[in-house]
Amino acid sequence: MANEIIGGDVVLAADGTPLKASLNKAMRKNRIRALLLVTPLFLFIVFSFLIPIVEMTFRSVDNWQVGTLMPKTTTALAGWDGKALPDEPVFAALIQDLQAGAKAREIGKVGTRLNYEKSGLRGMITRSGKKSLKVKEGPYKEKILKMHKKWKDLETWTVIKRNTAPYTMGYYLNAVDMKYDKSGEIVMRDENRRIYGKLFLRTFAISMAITLICVMLAYPIAYLLATLPLRYSNLLMIFVLLPFWTSLLVRTTAWIVMLQSQGVLNDLFVFFGLVSDDNRLQLIYNLTGTIVAMTHILLPFMVLPLYSVMKTISPSYMCAALSLGANPMVAFIRVYMPQTLSGIVAGSILVFILSIGYYITPALVGGTDGTLISNQIAYHMQKSLNWGLAGALGALLLSSVLALYLIYNKIVGVDNMRFG
Amino acid sequence: MQKIIKNLVLSITGIAIAGMASSAQAVDLNVVSWGGAYTASQMNAYHKPYMKANPSVKLNSIDYSGGLAEMRAQTESGNVTWDLVDVVLSDAITGCDEGMFRPIKIDKEMAAGADGTPASKDFLEGTLLSECFIPQIIYSTTFAYRTDAFGGKKPTKMSDVFDLKNFPGKRALQKKPINNLEWALIADGVPLAKVYDVLDTDKGKDRAFAKLATIKDNVIWWTEGAVPPQLMADGEAVFGTGYNGRWFSAINEEKQPFSMLWDGQVLDIDGWAIPAKGKNVDAVMKFVKYATDTQRLADQAKYIPYGPARKSSIPMVSKHATLGIEMNPHMPTSYADQGFLTNFSWWADNADEMNERFAAWLLQ
Amino acid sequence: MALPPYAGPLETTWYYGFRFLCACIFIFLITPILVIIPLSFNVEPYFTFTEGMLAFDPDSYSLRWYRDFVNNTQWRHSVENSFIIAISSTILATFLGTMAALGLSKSHMPYRSLMMGLLISPMIVPLIISAAGMYFFYSNIGLDQTYLGIILAHTALGTPFVVITVTATLVGFDHSLTRASANLGASPTVTFFKVIMPLILPGVISGALFAFVTSFDEVVVVLFLAGFEQRTIPRQMWSGIREQISPTILAVATILVMFSVVLLAALELLRRRNNRLRGIV
Repeated sequence: MANEIIGGDVVLAADGTPLKASLNKAMRKNRIRALLLVTPLFLFIVFSFLIPIVEMTFRSVDNWQVGTLMPKTTTALAGWDGKALPDEPVFAALIQDLQAGAKAREIGKVGTRLNYEKSGLRGMITRSGKKSLKVKEGPYKEKILKMHKKWKDLETWTVIKRNTAPYTMGYYLNAVDMKYDKSGEIVMRDENRRIYGKLFLRTFAISMAITLICVMLAYPIAYLLATLPLRYSNLLMIFVLLPFWTSLLVRTTAWIVMLQSQGVLNDLFVFFGLVSDDNRLQLIYNLTGTIVAMTHILLPFMVLPLYSVMKTISPSYMCAALSLGANPMVAFIRVYMPQTLSGIVAGSILVFILSIGYYITPALVGGTDGTLISNQIAYHMQKSLNWGLAGALGALLLSSVLALYLIYNKIVGVDNMRFG
Repeated sequence: MQKIIKNLVLSITGIAIAGMASSAQAVDLNVVSWGGAYTASQMNAYHKPYMKANPSVKLNSIDYSGGLAEMRAQTESGNVTWDLVDVVLSDAITGCDEGMFRPIKIDKEMAAGADGTPASKDFLEGTLLSECFIPQIIYSTTFAYRTDAFGGKKPTKMSDVFDLKNFPGKRALQKKPINNLEWALIADGVPLAKVYDVLDTDKGKDRAFAKLATIKDNVIWWTEGAVPPQLMADGEAVFGTGYNGRWFSAINEEKQPFSMLWDGQVLDIDGWAIPAKGKNVDAVMKFVKYATDTQRLADQAKYIPYGPARKSSIPMVSKHATLGIEMNPHMPTSYADQGFLTNFSWWADNADEMNERFAAWLLQ
Repeated sequence: MALPPYAGPLETTWYYGFRFLCACIFIFLITPILVIIPLSFNVEPYFTFTEGMLAFDPDSYSLRWYRDFVNNTQWRHSVENSFIIAISSTILATFLGTMAALGLSKSHMPYRSLMMGLLISPMIVPLIISAAGMYFFYSNIGLDQTYLGIILAHTALGTPFVVITVTATLVGFDHSLTRASANLGASPTVTFFKVIMPLILPGVISGALFAFVTSFDEVVVVLFLAGFEQRTIPRQMWSGIREQISPTILAVATILVMFSVVLLAALELLRRRNNRLRGIV
């Protein structure tokens, strides 16, 4: 309190309360007001957006099936040492679980889960479930071993025991092309089953290529726009902004029209005799199609930040360099370009972030070699129904995007993000 | 937390629905099917006559693109809005095992044949592979080719698809391992009856992929059934795999220069499954019983060349309703000896692994 | 950047070379969008120019695909859906986003940058991940295949744009104006509507436009969340492209291009008004 006392008296506000207290009160009030304004949106985003994403990530480790649907087997297996087939008590527990699961029509879920770890276990579980209903009395071991040959396989039991745990690493291992081997060690998958590692690499490579092409295409036109007189540049800006504001699907459709083998571009090539009519170029439904269409879609995201940086660069630096005798080329590279670096970085990270998560365009024009990791996520969501794996792939993709975003935020700052 | 939100949402929508429904006793049934010409054939053969006879029932037709994703999501949430789903047999088996669909007592709950044969005997053998499944039609996935593509030569057997020397050009194949691996083995000389025995071995899998690799550079992969006829019509492909109904309409309605190969056709069964937690089970059961009786299945064949799944319906198949074409020569069931039925239990066990391997193979 | 009169041959070449390069890039940007417009009037069901079209034969052009679009109940339904969903989510997003931006721009806001990061996260997270998460969660609580579910999802995706644009407007906001208004005896409500609102309005409107376009153009979330009933225009185009690409899509695309021209003009007018208000010229 000492520093508030000036000449022995407390400084008072107009209403007679001490100024410090009055200020604090006002600050608190302001803070509460600010919080109250933000809270509705905050709660809304948490509910409609963050909880769903956290829940999806949770699915990538959730392993409820065996523990919940085969509770007796789970308990009985707790003490199993894994060296030889389990004994009668485990089978007695198993038969009860199988019967209960078959009656409740839930046992298939265990089969589906286990089949992700080891092919063939789905059939083993569902068929044994049906057969178990006919079993009235023990000894059960003998009867179960007869139900399906895989019950005699020690690995089957290792897999079941491992998945009695409520959480699993299995989906993440799958997402990085790894697996548990027979003895439970983590190893790489067989060469002919490795996909996600390759796909992640390819996604990064394609995104990198698109980013580079975008820099190369955006730099000259951003420079032109920034140096032209305003009335010309405003007019030319339409060429950048119209695509930016045009629907994504319209632009993708447009590229299909342009690039397909009976399309506009191939027609032109044939007309000018560059290719023969029966030997038209395959420009779409492959990597080329993805790169061309995505570059077109993302180019404005590179032009706009570059333009806004270049707009602030005073031409006098270049003039100074030139008048001091620098070669125009050297002056450009050593004086002008370094000043645009922040724009290049901002645009590149933005384009890169957008392209590694892209789904629609690669799905429509990508064919087989132009698809990205997001297409695989959609596949597991909608077709294979391996939602745990979709969650794991999604979480991996999400973490790389967030890491990039943090870098972006450090360099550019979200507050400085502008559109149009 | 989630439970609370869920109950809240359910009760709010519940109140809203109750308010709307109280005025009439009508039942709305959401019937989900594949869309296009196929749904149209069902509407003509089942929906329209049923709604005429039962004015209190309204059948809403919803299109989907197959698979169990929506069904599983609805079952997990307990908010099942679908009342009846048209599924392929393999999805019915998986959905039945996972408790999404309701088991059916086929003789008790479904109509007997026209001559009184119990339903379980009247449906074709091998179609009742899941207790949650009421068979409807037999369709096939088979090859067609452009008749003007190979000079004077005409492909006669499925293995010609793998013969790039005599029949050059692009092939439009479905982007999944199922069927393609079987075809590769058959083309490589494996007899029909042995295909799955060979495919069950590691060597056999390698052999199938190796054979498929011989045409890999000449394949355009498709994912939607409408695409292969279009690719061929545009001249982008000379061979294509597709559903026989699509080929039928491309050839007979759009007059495309295509011809079909029945050799090596893969027969599959399509039918109804009833969501276990559906809200209008009684009303749906009545409709399904009607829609799968002898007459209705025979009627459907007037609109689309898919073979009825009942023995008693087969003799009643006659001419196409608008084209006037005799339908029997266009039914996959008329050429059953040239094709094979997918081994569903093998695929149930191996689909996860094969899909992954296929995706990896495509990436190479 | 005009060519100076003393330029040598090297500079002249460089100058015209550079302009040519820029022209090529601009052509790359605009051609695909322009090409679909004449093709949408093609009388034939092809995606390329027929000889008749190149000869400007009027018989080669028709409004056939536009009629198809207008007469098709599915397309009409999807247009209705798109507008219902986009307008509802725009209203919600603008309301929530503007309030939050006002709060965020106060200097007393605790954890400001963390909060900002959270609130704009829907813009950062790849759509496929948002869609996947929403798909699971919304179907768990019975919101999948409902209009409400899609509207909520689109609102979440649209708010970051409102927050960012309004915050940007508020950066240049002179807070002494609100104090002056208060000193002159205006109530906070009056101050808000008479002083703050007119100044931030351009930001609010352009944020709302962004939110509208985000929802209007969004297809990934719709793919996962929407049932057949809730199909929007982009969803309809998606299946059109994947299944049976018919020139009707080009007619729709042309209409959408016109629509974005209108949006672009609206935004430009706003920008000018905003600059005028801030005295930037």
